[in-house]
Amino acid sequence: MSIHERRRGSWIITFSFIFAMLLSILPLPPNLHAFMPSWLLLTTIYWSMALPHRIGIGVAWGLGLLLDVLRDTLLGQHALVMALVIFLTLHLHQRIRVAPLWQQAITIYVLCLIYMLVIFWIKGLQGVAPDFWMALISPLVSALIWPAVFVFMRNLRRHYQVN
Amino acid sequence: MRLFLLVVLSITLMTLDYRTDTVRSIRAGLSVIVYPVQYLVDLPSNFINWTTDTFVTRHSLQEENSSLRTQNQILKAQLQKFTFIEAENIHLRELLQSSRRVGERMLIAELLSVDLDPFRRQVVINKGSLNDDLYVSQPLLDANGVMGKIVHIYPLTSTAILITDPDHSLPVQVARNGLRTIAVGTGSDNRLKLLYLPNNADIQVGDKLITSGLGCVFPAGYPVATVTTVNTNPSLPFALVLAKPAAKLDRSREVLLVWPSHTSKIKKMQAPCSRTQEKAP
Repeated sequence: MSIHERRRGSWIITFSFIFAMLLSILPLPPNLHAFMPSWLLLTTIYWSMALPHRIGIGVAWGLGLLLDVLRDTLLGQHALVMALVIFLTLHLHQRIRVAPLWQQAITIYVLCLIYMLVIFWIKGLQGVAPDFWMALISPLVSALIWPAVFVFMRNLRRHYQVN
Repeated sequence: MRLFLLVVLSITLMTLDYRTDTVRSIRAGLSVIVYPVQYLVDLPSNFINWTTDTFVTRHSLQEENSSLRTQNQILKAQLQKFTFIEAENIHLRELLQSSRRVGERMLIAELLSVDLDPFRRQVVINKGSLNDDLYVSQPLLDANGVMGKIVHIYPLTSTAILITDPDHSLPVQVARNGLRTIAVGTGSDNRLKLLYLPNNADIQVGDKLITSGLGCVFPAGYPVATVTTVNTNPSLPFALVLAKPAAKLDRSREVLLVWPSHTSKIKKMQAPCSRTQEKAP
């Protein structure tokens, strides 16, 4: 792989992360907030699954920190959870990426649920715990859109030959 | 091993952020990095505003202009009286030897249309520490009433917590009889809960609530909410009272930042809010 190709790959990855951040702070009516999928987490899971040698827990931690500032939450909250979930993904990636899409979606549901539960737990420690049922909806939406995200990202990766 | 390090690092960060003020510079630095993202998300709604402002007919502009002119005339007429009343108020307060309230400085800011934490009620405004001397817990109003207060100040933007956030409470009084209570947010956009009102408290549906000025964050006398439900249940120690915020929390785009000022000729004991005065210019 030439340096040129590698650099182009980094640009594609960076742009996909920026796009995921845009989506995660898109203004929505307050009633729909609970249905918001974890865009940045899905994107990071995809890249860490496809390119585990390039996207690891360090990158995930940094992205989580940026999300903390974007969302104005406690600094380190999303960073901690992103690093944890990507750690799990890296352990499972060889099994997840060969599975059919609907089985992948189930795994994604579990990963997103862990993400939400830890976030709710940290919020609970701060004394601002939201309604518990809200924690179950967003991972469900994330799992439902996962096939679309996966196919889109795979086409993106193959088209630009990011390795 | 790396995971362990990162976990320890994030827990340290969270603790520092929750308990102290030391990570504020890290936050500010990162906020400059993510500002382009916020700017991009705000762009479409900015563009829609621009187009609606640009492509209006001459007729509707004229209509708007004349209605604004009428409104301006009425407001100016009311203001004449207000100046007189303010002077009288200052005079009376001097006679009573109590602290005097003078005019407050205001600045118009715009909300960025971005979403923050989906489980909180917070907004981003387009003023930061770079150009304006904002301070933490500065009051935020819109044309109709109190909106919230500033929690974090970054170089280019600031974030404010709304009065409907479940973590926010605000000392208020009933305008009709001066009954004091606390309005806490519920997390839902048009509902506030009033705490610690006994079942026989003199409060009715339709009562206007204004800030009481206790707590020294919000200046006294700004409209906050209107009471919508009064539910008394003799088996509970307090009445369940709900109110609807006066400010248009989900619709306002222009907001006002206020620098409350209190001047006092007498001892500090009688001016407990002088902390805000030191920060105001």
